[in-house]
Amino acid sequence: MSEEKQVFKDDSQLRQKTMIADHYSRLAAAPDTGEKSVYTFVPGNLTELIRNFDLLPVLPEINALQSAMRGKSKEYIAAAEREGHSEDVCTYVKCDVGMKRAGNVGPTGERLPDPDLLLLSYTGCFTFMKWFEILKQEYDCPVTMLHVPYQGEGEITDSMRKYVVDQIKQKIIPALEKASGKKFDIDKLREQLRRSAQAEDDLVAVLESAKNRPSPIDAYFGGVYYIGPIFTAFRGTEQAVDYYRLLNQEIQERVRLGKGPVTPDGEMKEERFRLVVEGPPNWTNFREFWKMFSEEGAVCVASSYTKVGGVYDTGFRHDPDRPLESLAEYCLGCYTNLNLPSRVDTLERYVREYQADGLLVNSIKSCNSFSAGQLMMLREVGDRTGVPCGFVESDLVDPRYFSGSNIKNRLESYFQMIEQKRGGVQV
Amino acid sequence: MNYCVGIDLGSTTTKAVVLGESGEVLGRGITNSRSNYEIACDVSVGEALISARFGLLEEALAAEGVEADRRKVQLEELEQGFREEQYRGDLRELGSVMGRLLEAGTYSAQEADAVTCVLDKMEQNAGSLYGRGKSRKSDFFRDLAGGEYLELVEGEAKTRALSFDRLVGLYDKAILEVENTVAHDESFSSRIKAALGRIPEQDALLAKAISAVVAMNLTKAGSVGTGYGRQTLPFAKEDIRSEILCHGLGAHAMFPNTRTVLDIGGQDTKAIQVDGNGIVTSFQMNDRCAAGCGRYLGYIADEMNIGLHELGPMACKSTRPVKINSTCTVFAGAELRERLSLGEKREDILAGLHRAIILRAMSLLARSGGIADEFTFTGGVAKNPAAVEALRKLIQENYGERTLNISPDSIYTGALGAAMFAQREWRRRHCA
Repeated sequence: MSEEKQVFKDDSQLRQKTMIADHYSRLAAAPDTGEKSVYTFVPGNLTELIRNFDLLPVLPEINALQSAMRGKSKEYIAAAEREGHSEDVCTYVKCDVGMKRAGNVGPTGERLPDPDLLLLSYTGCFTFMKWFEILKQEYDCPVTMLHVPYQGEGEITDSMRKYVVDQIKQKIIPALEKASGKKFDIDKLREQLRRSAQAEDDLVAVLESAKNRPSPIDAYFGGVYYIGPIFTAFRGTEQAVDYYRLLNQEIQERVRLGKGPVTPDGEMKEERFRLVVEGPPNWTNFREFWKMFSEEGAVCVASSYTKVGGVYDTGFRHDPDRPLESLAEYCLGCYTNLNLPSRVDTLERYVREYQADGLLVNSIKSCNSFSAGQLMMLREVGDRTGVPCGFVESDLVDPRYFSGSNIKNRLESYFQMIEQKRGGVQV
Repeated sequence: MNYCVGIDLGSTTTKAVVLGESGEVLGRGITNSRSNYEIACDVSVGEALISARFGLLEEALAAEGVEADRRKVQLEELEQGFREEQYRGDLRELGSVMGRLLEAGTYSAQEADAVTCVLDKMEQNAGSLYGRGKSRKSDFFRDLAGGEYLELVEGEAKTRALSFDRLVGLYDKAILEVENTVAHDESFSSRIKAALGRIPEQDALLAKAISAVVAMNLTKAGSVGTGYGRQTLPFAKEDIRSEILCHGLGAHAMFPNTRTVLDIGGQDTKAIQVDGNGIVTSFQMNDRCAAGCGRYLGYIADEMNIGLHELGPMACKSTRPVKINSTCTVFAGAELRERLSLGEKREDILAGLHRAIILRAMSLLARSGGIADEFTFTGGVAKNPAAVEALRKLIQENYGERTLNISPDSIYTGALGAAMFAQREWRRRHCA
C-alpha cells in the first residue's frame, strides 16, 4: 500500500511530494551542511519562528505517518514494544521510538539529524510532554516548552494570548537563539507571516471549494496532501506561497469544469454522498480506506483533521502587524485545542455549510486526545442537523487495529443508511 | 406464483425467507454456512421453498375444509416423513461419496468393511429419528449424521483395532462433498409423495392438495442478499443490502413499535436504532474484535463438551452466578477451566459467561443511543434463555421498564428484512 503505487496525481500533488522529499534530503545533509534542526509538533507549530533562525523543523508525527504509509510502522512499533512501551500507548510515539532504534532513518530512506532543540509546543495533545521526555533521554538535548492553555471556555482571552506571547518572548526565542547562534529578526518574521497569510488564503479557498457540487476535492483524504506543506516545514516560505497558488488554480479549474475529486484510482465520476469527517485518517491502509469511500461515490467535503495544525476557515490569518500575538492565536486556535462544544459547533457548521449528507467519525484507538467525547459529539451533531451519523474505528499507524472487512462493512451500512433516509420507506 | 426471497448469509448459518406477492411470509429456510457460499444460499432457499410449499399445502387443506386440528396432525406426520426421506437421501449420497473415497484412497478392506457396517446401522436407525412429536439435536444433516457416525465408528474401530482418526477423517472429507450438493425442486415432489406413502391411512383430500401444491409454479421475482458473506453472494451489487438495514427493517416488520434492535450473531453484535418506519437512524457494531459474540458460546459449549442449545438451560439453573470479566473467547476458556478446578458449579460459571457477553452488548447499545421502547432482540443468541434473562436484568437496572420482544423466528430477522427490500424493488419495477 505504498504511496508510490498511486497512479493518478495532479501537478500540485507532484509538487508537494517533491517539496517534502527535498526537505527530508536537506535534513539528511544537515550534519554536513551544518544546518541545525528543531523537533516540534504539528498542532500549534511555530514554523515561521523556527525558520526565522534558519533552523529546520522536524515533525515526529509526520515521520510516523509517513513511515506507516510506507509500511514501516509495524516493525517500528514492535521494536518499541520490545523495550516495554505498552500496547495502549499512542502509536505515533512507539513508531517514533522504533524509528530511532532503526537508525533514525526517515520515511524517504535518509537518516534524520539528531535534534539541536526539542520545541515542545504543548497544544491539544497531552501525550506530547511524555513523548519529548522520552526523546530528551534519547538525545540528551535541550527542551523548551510552550505551554498553550486549553480553550476550556471556548474562547481565547487576552490573558491567554499574553501568557503565550510572554513565553514566546521569554523562553522560546532565547532557546531558538541559543540553538542557532543567531539573533531573532522581527522584520524577517513579519515578511514570513505575510507569506503565511497569502498561502492561508489560497488553502482556505481550496478547502471551501468543496461547497460546490460536485466537490472538486476530497477534503479529508485529498485534504491531507493539501495541508502537508503548511503544517510542516513550509509555512512562511515562498515555496508554500507558490504551491498553494498552483493548487488553488488547479482546483478552481476543476470547479469551472464541474469535475469531481481526483482519487488514487482516477477522477471520481459520480458524487453520491457528501460527508463531514471527524478524526484523523488511518495511515497504514490509507489508500484502501480512501477506496472504500471513493468506490461508493462518497466524497469528504469537510474534515476536522485538516484543521489539526491550525484553523484558518474562521478568518484567522497570521498577521505581520501583530506577529507574536498572531502566532499565539494560531497555537491557541488549532482544532485539537478546542473544547468539545466548539468542536461540535465546528462540525455542525460544516454539515450545514457544505450541505453534507452525514457526519462520519473515524475514532482512533490509541489517541485519547482526539477520541474522547467523540460519541457524544456525534450524537449532538446528529440531533442538531438531523443527518445520519456513522462511527468507524481504526488506528493511526498500528496496522493491527485496521480491520478492513469490518470497516468496509460498517461504511457500506452507513452509506445505505444515508440512502435509506433519503428515499424514505420506498427504498 | 411470484415470490421474493431474502438471504442472510451469516458466519454460522445461512437463512432465507420467501415472501408471497402481497408480502406475506411463505416460508423460511436455514442451513449451516459452509465454504461454498453459493451452495449455502441455494440450500437455504431450497429449504425456504420447501417450507413455503408446506404452508401452501396447509392453505389448500384449509380451502378443502379440513379442520385445523386435523391439518396440524396431517402436516406434522407428512413433514416428519418428508424429513426422513430427505435424511435417507443424504445418507445414500454420503454412502456413495464414502464408497468412492474408500476405493480411491489408501484404505484397507477392514476399514471399508467397518464403514459399510456403520452406514448400514445408520440406515436402519434413520426411522427412529423421525416421527410425530420427535425432536432432534439439530436439523442439519452434518450434525445429525456426524453425531451418529462418530458414536458407531468408535465402537467399530475398537473391536477391529482400527484407527478411529482415519475413519473420522474419511467422514469429514465426505460430508463436505455431500453438503455441497443441492436438492433439486423435483426432489420435493418425489419426497412428499414418498412421505404421503408412509402415512398408514390414505386420505384423498390430502393427496389432492399435495398434487396441487407440487404442480404449483413458484417463480422468483426478486432477491436481496445480506449478511457477513453478502459480497460473495451471487447477486448484483444493487441486490445487496447491509445487515444493519435488513435487521432494522426485519425487526420493524415483526414488531412495528420497535425502536432499538440488538442482534447477536456468530461473529458480530449489532445495536441498531430505528424510526417508526424501520429506517435506521444510528447503529454500532462490535469493534476490532469479536469477543462476546455467538461464536463465544459455541466455543464454551465445545470446551464443556455439551451442545450449544444446552448451554442456556444449564445456565438458567444457576443460583449463584460467578462474576466473569473477560469476554475474550480464549481467556474465557482458561477462566472456565480454572473455575471448574476451583470447584465452582458449571451452571454458575455459565451464568457468569452469559452475563459477560450481554454486558458487552449493553456497552454497544449505550454507544448506539441506548435502549428505547420497544426493544427487539434478534439473532441466534436470542434463542438462549440465559442470555435473555441476563439481558432482561441489565435493561431493568440500566434503563428501567422496557418491552422486550423476541420472536421465535428471530434468527430470520435479517433475511426477512432482505426479502422486504427485494419485494419493494420488485413492486417498484412491477408498477413502473
